[in-house]
Order: sequence, then structure tokens, then C-alpha cells
Amino acid sequence: MNVHTARSLIIAVLFTGYLSAQGIAVQPRYADLSLSSLFSSGWSSAAAEELLALQGGAHDPNKRGFTVQNVELSLMGAVDPFLRGEAHLIFQIDAQGESIFELEEAFLTTQTLPFGLQVKAGTYFTEFGRLNPQHPHSWSYVDQPVINTRMFGGDGLRGPGVRVAWLSPLPWYAELFLGLQNANGETAVSFLNSPEEDRFLGRPLVDRELESMADLLRSARWLNSLSIGEETTVNLGVSALWGPNRTGEEGKTAIYGGDLYLKWQPLANDQGWPFVALQGELMHRNYLAADSSEPFIGNPQTLTDIGGYLQVQWGLKRGWVAGMRYESATGSGKDGDDPLRDQRTRVAGNLTYYPSEFSKVRLQLNLDSARFLDQDNAWGLWLQYEFLLGRHAGHKF
Amino acid sequence: MKVFNAQALLMGILILLTAGPAAGKKLQIVTTTTDLKAIAQAVGGAYVSVNSISSGRQDPHFIDAKPSYMLKLRKADLFIRIGLELEQGWERLILEGSRNRSILLGSRGHLDASAGIRRLEVPTGALDRSMGDVHPLGNPHYWLDPYNARIIAGTIARRLGELDPEHEDEYARSAASFGRQVDIAMFGSALQEGEDSEGLWQRQHDGNLDPGFGGQSDTGEARGWQAKMAPFRGVKVVTYHRSWSYFLERFGLVAAGELEAKPGISPSPGHLKNLIETMRAQQVPIIIVASFKGDKAPNLVASKTGATVVKVPYSVGGNEQAGDYIAMMDQLVTRISTALTRSSL
Repeated sequence: MNVHTARSLIIAVLFTGYLSAQGIAVQPRYADLSLSSLFSSGWSSAAAEELLALQGGAHDPNKRGFTVQNVELSLMGAVDPFLRGEAHLIFQIDAQGESIFELEEAFLTTQTLPFGLQVKAGTYFTEFGRLNPQHPHSWSYVDQPVINTRMFGGDGLRGPGVRVAWLSPLPWYAELFLGLQNANGETAVSFLNSPEEDRFLGRPLVDRELESMADLLRSARWLNSLSIGEETTVNLGVSALWGPNRTGEEGKTAIYGGDLYLKWQPLANDQGWPFVALQGELMHRNYLAADSSEPFIGNPQTLTDIGGYLQVQWGLKRGWVAGMRYESATGSGKDGDDPLRDQRTRVAGNLTYYPSEFSKVRLQLNLDSARFLDQDNAWGLWLQYEFLLGRHAGHKF
Repeated sequence: MKVFNAQALLMGILILLTAGPAAGKKLQIVTTTTDLKAIAQAVGGAYVSVNSISSGRQDPHFIDAKPSYMLKLRKADLFIRIGLELEQGWERLILEGSRNRSILLGSRGHLDASAGIRRLEVPTGALDRSMGDVHPLGNPHYWLDPYNARIIAGTIARRLGELDPEHEDEYARSAASFGRQVDIAMFGSALQEGEDSEGLWQRQHDGNLDPGFGGQSDTGEARGWQAKMAPFRGVKVVTYHRSWSYFLERFGLVAAGELEAKPGISPSPGHLKNLIETMRAQQVPIIIVASFKGDKAPNLVASKTGATVVKVPYSVGGNEQAGDYIAMMDQLVTRISTALTRSSL
């Protein structure tokens, strides 16, 4: 989308918002409009290239000084009695100072299908694990987990496609998601990637055509939720992805993951506080290469990566949350000191203050240990701040 | 099987699956709050089975859209909300997550109980978030005026009658009978059989009722809410959040301020300091606080002003004594009037 189109769109959107703000009695809600703006500033002992590799998420603070992490315009509402629509447009200024505009998500969801079914179609974040479908605004840390960056690239796994969700009639909450999405593009890292990439994981890439279903990205997720009394809820999920990769016609990738989210919150809480939330994900990737003149070092056919994170957020008193996160990631058959496959650990601690539901300030300390770093270790201290305008949708549990 | 027959069969199955409740089956109602549950239970009686999302011990503004709530809604025939955006942070998520299309907004299975309520504090003029969390459609805590409970009962009865026409008259009778119980609780047994209570509510609201009306009855029965609260008409009180406006308005109490400087914003030391001065100057006797709110700010202000903190449930189920709507309101009236009587301010 060029700048002119983007500007016209924004003017149209703001005008709609202005109109919908008029007249209390009728209060049309044709589209809820919101803007989430996320910034950070800070310092790391690693500089420039090393820092970009350490903070590989496209919304991570990745520069000494100031980072515009994510400015996201969201529109959502009922399309008609049968469909809901949602769109998220993001603006950023990258580490080089270049402006970026992206269509992050735009999709419809059906509202009236029978038998517990729901279809989502458009372009959207793949429902893999807990963090991938979440927008940066709802993360508990200033940056995305290392394993997410390694598996799904800086922007998270997303793309055009369709998925069916089925809420099963089982006596506990059990939902099954099955999806098909394009496997190409810069937001389909681990699969066909962007055509501009000529190497991935040290391997040369070739162009591939879509010839069968096997050339699409297939996803599956099974989410379960259980209540332990009235104050504790546990979500347990398993997810899988299968798709092609560009090492050759036979190249394919499979990623499996498990995720856990446990939250305790007393019934008599003060606007949501206090609470304790435990969240963790584990992911495993098999990157099966096609026969090639350039075999991998170590294992010539399969590259295996594994990693995960475990974090705990403690809502101390109204407005205040303290958090700790431990992460580890590694890969087999490494090709030198590859920042995307190296043995790596990160410990992060943070403290967040929410003056209201619509703003926050967060201070986070990262302690990194990674083989690709000159010093093997690095630290980073980041101050993040956010404001939200408009009607922001509630968060999924 | 021919394609046509397969289609007919499919349509048949769909009709069966989407048809209303079969005879003898209870209507499944899910309400957002326990107050609505209590009223819906009183109106629906044996023909309904009612569940509430909120437990009554929590703040209904701030509820996580837990998957377990979606399960509660999966088989519901009727969803009843307070409305006026009280549930806006979580309602849509659980409705959509339930995959129950018969209770989506705009369908017959979705009922907004605020219909017919005279709203308080509907903002006029410009409204923005620098004013805090102001509800643009007006204050949503209307269930705390017992008169509104009668209106809610009528609203629910009409919708139940539409969903289950066979028992329409019974729902109307139950709603009237619930209304009568509220009338008696309000005005005591002085209320004559068949007397027009609408007029009494209006006179009471306007302050034109004899303060002793509904006092001690001949048989020594308990006094009505009106008689208990009448001596305190015009008394100034402070509340934590602006959730008591309907209660205060009903009984003629006057809000001298809130612990929150702005709705939904944590009490700040600067604001509390000013509030303490106001309360001392105006000799405010009590601070009304919902049971799920923190004690720190109320206790601090109480210790500096000599006011009494009255921590009360503001929903059915908020504590063990608040078992149904009348018991909840009875407890509110009793505890607030007792605190006002005892206060030396």
C-alpha cells in the first residue's frame, strides 16, 4: 500500500470514528477503532549488528536509544448478522530510521455456524501456541521470546488463509483448530520464506511453485481449558505445523509445540489485581532439507531446533506487575556461530505499572548468554511505554 | 439417496437442532451478574434453570473472558446482561467463544436488562478518557435501586414469555409477585393489599412520604427499607467508586465525593487529602465500599475523619447473608442505616 492510500484510509477511518462518537442515544458501533502505540528506550552492552541479532523480533527494542516498537491501528466490528471483521495495520520506524507500514491482519470470522464451528478467513496470525497470535501490546515483556523469533521470524507466523475452529461438546473446554495458509512470504519463516532470501539456516534456497496441498502451510491446534476452583484456570495446548521449505522440491518443515497458561486471581479482586500468571511454551522444529549439493554440517538431511520459555507474572497490587522469564534455545548440526541456531539463554526481569487500562510503563532487564556474541554475555535495560486510544477489544484468556 | 432428499434431511436436522426448547425442558438462562440471576430465578421459577457468570463476590466490570464461561453459555437459551457497557470488556469474547448463535447480540436470546430503566449520570457534552472511565450510556449500577429490580423483573418476564409462550402468564404473575415482595420490603406491611405502589415509590423518591410510613406494624414485623432510611434523607456520604448513585438517589442520600478522583482511577494521595478536608468540613459520617475493594484507602480516610467504613456486598452472593435480591438489599439498608445511626458525626 502506498503512503497516499494509507493516508486516505486513515482519514476515512478517523472520520468514521468521529461520526460514531456523535449522538449518545443511538450510539452506532459500525467499527470500533483503536490505536495502540508502543515505544521503548534503553541501552544494551551489545551494539548494532549484535544487538539486532539478540533482539531479533521485529517489535523488540533493538537499538541503543529509542525504538518505535509498534503503532497499530485496529478496526473491528460486526459486518452483518453473520460475520465479524477485524483489521490491524501497523506502522513502525526501524533501527535504520526507515518508516514501515504493514497489513498485519485483516480477517473475517463467522458468527452463526452450527455445531460449535467457526471459520476465519483473510490474513491472520497462525494460532500456534500462546504468544504467536498475540499482538505486541498484550505481551508481558518488551520483546518476544527467542524461540518465537527463531521459528517464526521477527513478525510472527502469519499469512493469508482459512481456518476452521470447532468447540467440542466435551464436558471441559476443548477447541480444535485446523488451518491452511500460504507458506510463502517474509512472515512464513521456516517454510517458503520471502523470495528475497537466498539462504536460510545456512542453506541455499530455490524457488518453488504451489503444486498441491502439501505446498501450503497446514496447522493444527488443540486447546484445553480447565478450572481449578473459581479462582484458577489452566489452559493447555498442543500445536503443529507442516509445510514446505525452499531447500528443494522435497524440502519440508514440521514444527510442534506445547503451551501452558495458568492464572490465579481471587474473586474479590481490585480491577484484576492481585494475580499470578504462569506461562510457558516449548517448540521443536525439524527442517528436512532436500538433496542438495551443499549438505548441512553434521547431519546432512535434518536440522533440529528446540527451545522454549517459562515466565511468571505477579500482579502485586492494583496497577503493578512484576515478572521473570527464563528462555533457552538451541539447534543441532550448527553451521558456525549462527545467531538463529546457537545455544542461547536469556533471563529477563521486569516491573510494569499501569496508570489505567490504557497506558503502561515497563522497565525490563535482560541478561543474555549466547555463543555468537563476542563476549558470550550481554545485558540490556529497556524502558517501555504505551498508550491506547479508542475502543480496544478485550483480551482472550 | 437423491441430492434433493439429502438436502431435505439436512434441513430437517437443522430445524430440529435449532428449534426452541422442547416441552418439559427448562429454559437455560445465563446472566452476567448474580442480581440478574436472582431476579430471573424469581420470575422463571420451575420453568428455568439460571446460571450467572459473575459470582457476586467480584467486580463485574473486570472479569476475565475465561473459557469456562463460554462453556456455561454453550447451551443457553437466554443471556441476560446489565448493559450500559458494564460488561463490555468481556461480553463479546464469551458470547463468540460459546459458539451459541441463539444468544448473540440482536437475537431473541440476548436480553439487555437496562431497557426501561431511568438512567443516572448519562454524560452530556464532550466526553473523553481524561475524565476517567465514564460510562457513556450512563451509570450501569442501576440494580442497587430496589425500584429498578421491579422493572428488571418485568423485562425478564416479557422476554421469557416470548421464548416460552406456553407459560407467558405465569412469568407475568411471578414478576408481579416479585415486585410485590420488593414493595413490602420497601414499605413494610403498612402497604395495603391492592394499593397502588407506583404512587408510593414516586412520593418516596420525591421525599413526599411520611418518614414513618411503613414503620413498626401492628404485629411487630420488621420495618420497611423506606422507614429505616427516611431519617437520613439529605445526609452526605462518600463512596469508593461511583457505583452507589442509584442507591443514594433512591433514599435521598447525597454523595459528597468518591475515594477515586475519577472513575476507575486509583485513589491518589493528593485527592484523598482534599477529600479528607471536605469530609471534615461537611462531617460526612460514612464511607460506602463494595466488598471486593481494597481496605487501605477507605481505612486511611476513616482514621483521619472519624467516618465509619461500611463495607457491603453490592451484588447477590457478595456474602453469605446476601442470598437473594431482597436479602442483599435488606443487608445494605440495615448496615448503612445502622452505621448512620451510630455515627457520632
